Amino acid sequence: MFKWLEKNIPKIVIAPSFFAILVFVYGFIAWTAWISFTKSRLMPKYDIVGFIQYDRLFDSPRWEVALNNLFIFGFLFILIAMILGLIIAIFLDQRIRIEGFLRTIYLYPMALSLIVTGTAWKWILNPGLGIENVFKNWGFENFTFDWLVNPDYAIYTVVIAGVWQASGFVMALFLAGLRSVDQEIIKAAKVDGVPTTKIYTAIIIPSMAPIFLSAFIVLAHLAIKSFDLVIALTGGGPGYATDLPATYMYTMAFSRGDLGQAASSAIIMMIVIFSVVVPYLYSELRNKNDQ
Amino acid sequence: MINNSSSSYTNVMLRILLYIILFLFAFYYLLPLFVMITTSLKSLEEIKTGSLVSLPRELTFDAWSVAWSKACTGIKCEGLKPYFWNSIFIAIPAVMISTFIGALNGYVIAQWRFKWSNIIFALLLFGCFIPFQVILLPMARVLGILNLAGSIPGLILVHVVYGIGFTTLFFRNFYVSIPVELIKAAKIDGANFFRIFWSIFLPLSLPIIVVTVIWQFTQIWNDFLFGVSFSEAGTQPITVALNNIVNSTTGVKEYNVDMASAIIAALPTLLVYIIAGKYFIRGLTAGSVKG
Amino acid sequence: MNSVLNIRNVNKKFGKVNVLNDININLNKGEFLVLVGPSGCGKSTLLNCIAGLEKIDSGDIHIDEKNMINIEPKDRDIAMVFQSYALYPTMTVEKNITFGMKVRGLDKETQKNKLQEVVKQLQIENLLNRKPSQLSGGQRQRVAMGRALVRDPKLFLFDEPLSNLDAKLRVEMRTEIKKLHYDLNASMVYVTHDQIEAMTLATKIVVMKDGVIQQIGSPFQIYNTPANIFVADFMGSPSMNLIKATTTKNKGQYLIEINKNKKKPAILKYNCKENLPKEIIIGIRPENIIEKNSSKDKNFQAIKSDVKVIEPAGSDTFIVTDLGGSEVTARFHSESEVTLGSEIDFHFNLSKASIFDPKTGNRLN
Repeated sequence: MFKWLEKNIPKIVIAPSFFAILVFVYGFIAWTAWISFTKSRLMPKYDIVGFIQYDRLFDSPRWEVALNNLFIFGFLFILIAMILGLIIAIFLDQRIRIEGFLRTIYLYPMALSLIVTGTAWKWILNPGLGIENVFKNWGFENFTFDWLVNPDYAIYTVVIAGVWQASGFVMALFLAGLRSVDQEIIKAAKVDGVPTTKIYTAIIIPSMAPIFLSAFIVLAHLAIKSFDLVIALTGGGPGYATDLPATYMYTMAFSRGDLGQAASSAIIMMIVIFSVVVPYLYSELRNKNDQ
Repeated sequence: MINNSSSSYTNVMLRILLYIILFLFAFYYLLPLFVMITTSLKSLEEIKTGSLVSLPRELTFDAWSVAWSKACTGIKCEGLKPYFWNSIFIAIPAVMISTFIGALNGYVIAQWRFKWSNIIFALLLFGCFIPFQVILLPMARVLGILNLAGSIPGLILVHVVYGIGFTTLFFRNFYVSIPVELIKAAKIDGANFFRIFWSIFLPLSLPIIVVTVIWQFTQIWNDFLFGVSFSEAGTQPITVALNNIVNSTTGVKEYNVDMASAIIAALPTLLVYIIAGKYFIRGLTAGSVKG
Repeated sequence: MNSVLNIRNVNKKFGKVNVLNDININLNKGEFLVLVGPSGCGKSTLLNCIAGLEKIDSGDIHIDEKNMINIEPKDRDIAMVFQSYALYPTMTVEKNITFGMKVRGLDKETQKNKLQEVVKQLQIENLLNRKPSQLSGGQRQRVAMGRALVRDPKLFLFDEPLSNLDAKLRVEMRTEIKKLHYDLNASMVYVTHDQIEAMTLATKIVVMKDGVIQQIGSPFQIYNTPANIFVADFMGSPSMNLIKATTTKNKGQYLIEINKNKKKPAILKYNCKENLPKEIIIGIRPENIIEKNSSKDKNFQAIKSDVKVIEPAGSDTFIVTDLGGSEVTARFHSESEVTLGSEIDFHFNLSKASIFDPKTGNRLN
């Protein structure tokens, strides 16, 4: 008995985590998936009736807005954060004397809660007292900046705040990538007389493909899960103009009491995330096993 | 020679331009913080008449004391203080427990491989990437069944369960670089599983413990989704309380109080970032690139 | 009987790969056994199996006449020195050496005495309070040895312990290990891929390839009578010349014909009791091809061939020529006056040659 214990101690140690994950992640996903195929409203029902929740979901104009917003937000957020992050990283890579100090400034938003970020930007973008007012005071009497309360533009304020929060982090990733490029190749290129810009475009950036992929994955993941930022910045409004799948799900689950819709929207979110993350994780794990 | 000096002249100009651009970026990242701080130190009167970006004419800390002990979060008006402590009471045990479990799991997965250990690792890793929306509904029910609904222990449980994926990943990636010969030597020396962990691996682990603790603390402190879903009036974490203060629709809008509250909510993670930024960044990149 | 280690019919697979294939080895007390072979030949796996760090699929391992099946490494009365030294990074040298005794619950007094004894022997008294990161490669190596020595085990296991040291230090430590073996009269199993290390240290060499033992023997046997082409080629530096040739029997004597580039083939006479096939491979070490038959030994026969490369190596000069379609190295005196491209006599001592079957690679004589 004691011998058996000693032999299997590693398995025994990891077993609680394993079962916790099995239940709390995989079991729960299964439960949610199950509910998404039922007529559950306020209380869960367990009779499977097929895809009616998904039919309802895709008939709902609000969900359509949420998906659309996810697309707009995701696309712009990822694109701008990547470009900004890359530019700053390259600029910072020019043997800047106060690099550490600047890096600290660029990255601090990542330490903040998205609720804090949302609160700050909500105040800055406040039509009347915020940025708009600043420009009016500077003499631009006709300047208006009411994106926060304009249903057509409100989603872009989420992009602004999101980029502010995450671009410093992308910068850090890229900077690490730039530094990890083999210095001898760069030296060889310099000896060959390749100009600096060309060294970046032809040698360094192409060799950072894996970093671009990681940054993309992280940002996509952040975008799809975005919830706090929208709640704090716009509350999903005006109306439901800035709803994202995450806020849609939350509203259905906790204010509308529509479990079926909440479950089906959550499952769709998971499918979207996994279609991005799974191929990446798979290749990562496989590479690791090869080594 | 002439050519040479003119090219060094353009070089100097380019470098000056580079620094200007980098400082502009720094300005962009600092602006929201600046606005938050100055607004929090202004009187409501000054906010309404003055400019967003101007320094306060008269420093007043009233907003801070209101935010800390008087601001209304819904029906109650006791400021952020009780919620600040809620967040502390949630974060500290959750960080400690999840870090400890992660260390043991990482030790097993990296150094005591068995037939299914890689699959368990993959399952754990996968759990890091799920959108939490997909487990919200069943989690709420399970917390109810466990009699933990709306309680701080319930929130601790949630944060531990969904934190062990990341903590395990951190420790696993750290321990995997330690040569397996170390364990072999210790086995021949007669040490068992726990003795090896305690005497050899744990003393090595300080850097990764710091990274993990900081990561977990930031995650849990900044969490909003679990907080808003699984807490009730008396147990809400600070992010939820902040959102309630900012978005409460009753009474006069006190922007200075909002900003002071936001800064209070951000202060602990911001402090951690400033004190241990190196470890914070290491956690960020490890949590994203490697995962 | 004084068998310290007895390995019988041991097999082990990783997936579908046979890493150990019917291994049989016996080691008597005081012997120094070296497992040698190219990387991936299974030598380290075998060592790990002896230590109990890896399981065997079938067969038996006996240490000191006791069956080691299901016996934990700590209970096998062994000590092991690793390639990376595997020193505990957060412990001082003293703690590293005493950790095992502490875990086993030896009293402080004994620990102290053993520590003193060993550090004196290894001359590392002044390093006791350092951490491994503050030590040089050679010092780490000594500490790793110290950790093994305090155990005073039945059997020492060494897993390529010198391969992380620079060339000079490696030679020094080699001598030291040999001295230690002699002083302690200890039984040792030593894994290396370095055939010189194997030759200098071993009392018994096991040559392995692809999980199969190729030959077991004393360094002298392995060097002079290799069991097959692999052993012939692997052991010795510069390695043994392997020359393709054909045989014809003539009056109880073999005539061996070696092709020369664009010239008439060379013919050598060869006496042997065994029946040789038509095609053979002659294995002959460079020191058995020399410039002149000074002793008038009739074992020497001359072949004329062109000098292709001259490699002075200080004490000797190696001359390379083409014979039988491959490069053949001969060992000449350093004073030899040979010019590149000239045709000279190479004197072969066939009595020292090994004859191999090109089909099986096995030794025929």
